[in-house]
Amino acid sequence: MKTFKLGGVHPDDNKFAHQSSIEVFPLPQQAVLFATQHLGAPSTVVVEKGDKVKVGQLIARGDAFISANLHSPYSGTVNKVDLVADLSGIKKTAIVIDVEGDEWEQDIDLTADIKREITLSPSQIVEKIKEKGIVGLGGACFPTHVKFLIPQGKKAEYMIINAAECEPYITIDHRVMMERTEELLIGACILRDILSLPTVHIGVEHNKADVINHLKEVAKSFKGIKIHTLRTKYPQGAEKQLIKAITKREVPSGKLPIDVGCIVNNVNTALAVYEAVQKNKPLISNYVTYTGKSVKQPKNYLVRLGTPIQSIIEANGGLPEDTEKLISGGPMMGKAIANLDTYITKGFSCVLVINNKEGKRAEINHCIRCAKCVDVCPMGLEPYLLAPLSEKSNWEKMEKMHVMDCIECGSCQYTCPAARPLLDWIRLGKNKTGAMIRARNTK
Amino acid sequence: MALLQFSGSPHIHTDESVKKIMWTVVIALIPTMIFSFLFFGIDAIVLTLVSVLSCVFVEWLIQKFLLKGKTTILDGSAVITGLLLAFNLPSSLPIWMVIVGAIVAIGVAKMTFGGLGNNPFNPALVGRVFLLISFPQQMTTWPKPHYWFTQPSVVTDATTGATPLGVIKTGIAQGQDVSQLMDTLPTYVQMLLGERGGSLGEVAALAIIAGGLFMLIRKVISWHIPVAFIGSAFVFAAILHLVNANIYIPPSYHILSGGLLLGAIFMATDMVTSPMSNWGKIIFGIGCGVLTIIIRVAGSYPEGVSFAILIMNALVPLINKGFKPKRFGTHKIKSI
Repeated sequence: MKTFKLGGVHPDDNKFAHQSSIEVFPLPQQAVLFATQHLGAPSTVVVEKGDKVKVGQLIARGDAFISANLHSPYSGTVNKVDLVADLSGIKKTAIVIDVEGDEWEQDIDLTADIKREITLSPSQIVEKIKEKGIVGLGGACFPTHVKFLIPQGKKAEYMIINAAECEPYITIDHRVMMERTEELLIGACILRDILSLPTVHIGVEHNKADVINHLKEVAKSFKGIKIHTLRTKYPQGAEKQLIKAITKREVPSGKLPIDVGCIVNNVNTALAVYEAVQKNKPLISNYVTYTGKSVKQPKNYLVRLGTPIQSIIEANGGLPEDTEKLISGGPMMGKAIANLDTYITKGFSCVLVINNKEGKRAEINHCIRCAKCVDVCPMGLEPYLLAPLSEKSNWEKMEKMHVMDCIECGSCQYTCPAARPLLDWIRLGKNKTGAMIRARNTK
Repeated sequence: MALLQFSGSPHIHTDESVKKIMWTVVIALIPTMIFSFLFFGIDAIVLTLVSVLSCVFVEWLIQKFLLKGKTTILDGSAVITGLLLAFNLPSSLPIWMVIVGAIVAIGVAKMTFGGLGNNPFNPALVGRVFLLISFPQQMTTWPKPHYWFTQPSVVTDATTGATPLGVIKTGIAQGQDVSQLMDTLPTYVQMLLGERGGSLGEVAALAIIAGGLFMLIRKVISWHIPVAFIGSAFVFAAILHLVNANIYIPPSYHILSGGLLLGAIFMATDMVTSPMSNWGKIIFGIGCGVLTIIIRVAGSYPEGVSFAILIMNALVPLINKGFKPKRFGTHKIKSI
């Protein structure tokens, strides 16, 4: 079985919701859509207070090279365009919509038919992906169309679909692969065809044996799809690690996957691409897992963007008594939710309820030089040296020790027997070092 | 409901802790301890108890009254130092010397540097070497173990016997041949089971190996240091033996004699005082192995494990600088 070589940890799976089918979450009465829901230049709001909108109508436009469009997931009236606090409590421009009914734009294909035949040309497909506001749904929300604008002198040799879902707890990729198999495989083929490659590679971790069997079964009716079974190890779903596992190529320090001829997209992105290209449907909803050790019934939902996070919690009878922390995303890389009064955005994959037993940080001890952090670092760094350097604000030394290679996977802090907050310090150091490098380059 | 917490990822943590690691090592040391009690009787029990208690007590005293801070005696690290110190002493050593050894081990070698995690040298070995240099006669007088399985009726409390390595050292110095000497020494089977003179914890090879395997399975140690240590000692001793079999004993005898196994499995693998990267660990192990044999065959002491490990401990910062872990993305990309 394939996997990446360096480092990695094995946290408990806790994929409680992997058997529960995706449920469509009811529409809210009022929704709030942040204008910029991607990584890159901010989008421009193109609606005003009082405008009537339909589902699928463009409400914010990405003008810059790296930017993305946003479409209304609701029909109704724009209540206001205002600053609203996001997950971290930072105020951002948002469009507030009063939801009235569920009226869709005419050109969106709402039938359940599965359209296999790809009629558009590669450039038309990329244009469609751009127009429909597709971003990478693995978490980073990088505009998908930009990945396919391949720089001169580089050549794509591998189209990889990231289906590792290596984060514990999250089960949306798992459910999507079980329930929307054919569509996402068509999506994968579309991505493959953009690059005119013979094969698209899908990497799935071994702990999802049912998915692997099902995918292989359905893929029999397709040509040029290769399913790779990967040995379960965190962080397999990290781009560089996945490329290493499937192609044995290592993305050099400071370079991009395209530098080794690879383009990686998440399974959910592949599904969104299918919907955009074959059904003309923009990215207006997300698959979201609601789970946690103390959650009675972990669930997977299909949620429209802009739905209040609170409503998902309320639909499940409120937070459990022993809640310590709420996480957006997985327990290894997810963000703690600082502001509960906020809304679902593109790429939001999981509301994870961490109970006080697993969420309490242990008392910090002296480093005993056990070298476990060095052993588990998938980038081959030395967290035990980086963290103290960060405490001493020694950014120059941190740069020399390659802190910018850190992918913030959290394996070091997870594994540290002395419970040292390694990644807390390294993340700070990486930010400061990055700022220092940028300042130097602009001089 | 209480306020929700907010902090950076990762939000989960492994079950491992410093305490768990330390107590795992203590458990791994138990077979060796039981064998030492069987071989050396009540003396061994008293010595081990005194050593462990004084190590823990010295740490507590220093933390409580000198540093006036938190006491961490329950983390098990002082217990390990106490056990390992006892395992490196002959059972006939006067009790007050054991206490001196414990004070040096914890007080000088560990707490002066800032306690667990900051000591450059293995505390138990510093304690042992201090005693060896200060009280050479008492430290090299070895009571014969009670050969309980082959001669159950013989009571040997009063007799003393040299260690196999000591016999060889003096024998060769007097011009005797290795093959002659080997006849007077314990056989391999006797060595494995511990039927020979020596310190408390170094005689029962099988018990040490069992403890080592337990630590390997629990991932408290990695294979690199023990394998490199024992392997390099074997290879180096084999070369010497091939060059002149008359004055150099067979390599396998080197491995089983003295404190080599105890050193390679329990002392050199000490996390705090060993290198961080896997290649660093291998270099460290090779250094320990080669130095051990050099001291054994060329030094004035018959045994060299403690000195070898301490010398390599001193080189650890240098090794950490020179042998970095393999970084991701430093391969040359194949042309595409």
